[in-house]
Amino acid sequence: MVGELRQSTPITLNTFMRGIWSENPVFVMLLGMCPVLAVTNSVINAVAMGLATTFVLLCSSTLVSILRSFIPKQVRIATYIVIIATFVTMVDYIIQAISLELYKALGAFIQLIVVNCIILGRAEAYASRNNILKTVVNSAGMGIGFTFALLCLGGVRELLGNGTFLGFPVFWEGFQPWAIMILPPGGFFVLGAWLLLFSWLKQRQARKAQIKKGELAHAT
Amino acid sequence: MSTEEKNQIPSSIKPSSIAMIRTLGGIAMISGFLVVLVYQITLPIITENRRIALENAVFKVIPDATSRVNFVLSPDTLIREDAITDDRDVQGEKIYAGYNKSGQLMGIALEAAAPGYQDVVRTLYGYSPKCMCIVGITVLQSTETPGLGDRIETDPEFLANFNALDARLNTDKTALIHSIETVRHGTKTAPWQIDAISGATVTSKAVGKGLNNSTQTLLPLLVKHLDVLSQSNQGGIK
Amino acid sequence: MQPDSVSFIFLNACIVNNFVLALFLGICPFLGVSGKLHTAWNMGLATMFVMLVSSICAYAINFLLVEFNLEFLRLICYIAVIASAVQLVEMTIKKVSPTLFRTLGIFLPLITTNCAILGLALFQTLKEYNFIQCLAYSLGAGTGFILAIMLMAGLREKLDLAKVPNVSQGAALSLMLAGLLSLSFMGFAGLGG
Repeated sequence: MVGELRQSTPITLNTFMRGIWSENPVFVMLLGMCPVLAVTNSVINAVAMGLATTFVLLCSSTLVSILRSFIPKQVRIATYIVIIATFVTMVDYIIQAISLELYKALGAFIQLIVVNCIILGRAEAYASRNNILKTVVNSAGMGIGFTFALLCLGGVRELLGNGTFLGFPVFWEGFQPWAIMILPPGGFFVLGAWLLLFSWLKQRQARKAQIKKGELAHAT
Repeated sequence: MSTEEKNQIPSSIKPSSIAMIRTLGGIAMISGFLVVLVYQITLPIITENRRIALENAVFKVIPDATSRVNFVLSPDTLIREDAITDDRDVQGEKIYAGYNKSGQLMGIALEAAAPGYQDVVRTLYGYSPKCMCIVGITVLQSTETPGLGDRIETDPEFLANFNALDARLNTDKTALIHSIETVRHGTKTAPWQIDAISGATVTSKAVGKGLNNSTQTLLPLLVKHLDVLSQSNQGGIK
Repeated sequence: MQPDSVSFIFLNACIVNNFVLALFLGICPFLGVSGKLHTAWNMGLATMFVMLVSSICAYAINFLLVEFNLEFLRLICYIAVIASAVQLVEMTIKKVSPTLFRTLGIFLPLITTNCAILGLALFQTLKEYNFIQCLAYSLGAGTGFILAIMLMAGLREKLDLAKVPNVSQGAALSLMLAGLLSLSFMGFAGLGG
């Protein structure tokens, strides 16, 4: 966190990649869980939700970054919320115009992007302290990371729960779909399983690093 | 976020209230402008989408219908929706009359709702005054279990119940002769019964219950206005 | 039961469509503040209270917005008014009853940006409830939230004493638990029919 407070640090690949991997909002920071669980019962819904959130995230943090020197810090949270709510309302109407069916499937969760902690968190922790270019790059990374996480969940849930991917059947004839995966408990289970996988990977990495260190120590 | 390095923000230590009000006002103006802009652009598209969705639903439940007129049905009157002016006095059910190419009344689409397994199941059904029966049904809103309850939308055997579901009124036109009921899968014997989907009895029952409630209350009101309905396509309004 | 009856709305919001376990609203406090039974209870109470307040506010605003044909400002108005209403309530409680403030106070600002609150306001507008129905809906949702978070806290207190594999500690385990709870709540489905 200290690094990003310094204006002088240049934009690196890390500014972008951080949101996707090492600070993935869903798998690492556990932020914005509500839409992650609620709308991932199919790939289409998951991707649409991810893109909508990314759009709001990008626009709102850009605007916050532009206006950052004009906003008195006493009213900053109120200002951020109004800005975010504006873009969410816009997305809400745009999705309605694109496809009513998609709008029905996502339901009130589009409007609930407003209270997604990722967006307010980005505005407060990053956009209000960094220049526009950096903010855009970082927010894009975060948004893509979020979409990626939604896709991970939506993919598994649709695959197992419906036997399809993006609506196309992928399994052999006679595959009995696990309806539970599309239902609410499935959301919790799949996200839990992904978190298990990630923490297992992390532990393995840590152990490997330790062994390497040990070998080095042994060799000397 | 606890690192309070607010010196990054080049604002004075204690801004005046005017500065705060100015900022909030400015932001509110920007956001108002953006929202109204998008609203104005998307409104016609959204209205069109809604119209198409509704039209598809109405034409699905009334076979052979090619045009429709919206009405509002209340306990004592029937009013064309486009004849209602802005005073919101008219309270009642929205109904949609469907006409074929030559302007004959083919049926009326009405809404029904009843609590199902998860939440309320809302359906739109077509009532044909000619056969005094329900001729089609489509689900407007349901959150029933995927793979079980949501088969009410797709199961051909279940949907076949609504090809001609008996909804005749008794002689004083106050209620149905036989109330619509849902029976266990495979035990349908009479034309006013609905054969439930096996494994989704609660949802099937919800559909039946919604239909029964709606027909029992709305049809007696509706039949009084059948002549108005059958002549309403004369204006050639789509 | 009729779909519009108060008892159906209450039961539906509380159990069948539990806000946390079926609709996934308010997951953050559900996972974050469910470590101890006592804190969970306070959090639940505070949430229920805020739900009631914001439901009433949302009803009033929606009435005004519809009157003036300004529905497109609904979201912005909801979030602004709910946030300020909670702030007001917080200040009032602080003045009137310091003891109550000590139990609920720290949670109130946290709850404001909780999606269960805004979700409640949006859903009641979507379902076109009248005032009494709104009250039933918000009370049901609040009770359901308390129920869910208390169950979760009880389970987690017990689990603190259990031996679990290293990998599954923390959020993953909580999510699996939540999944099991959600699974058992599915058994209530069909209650209204």
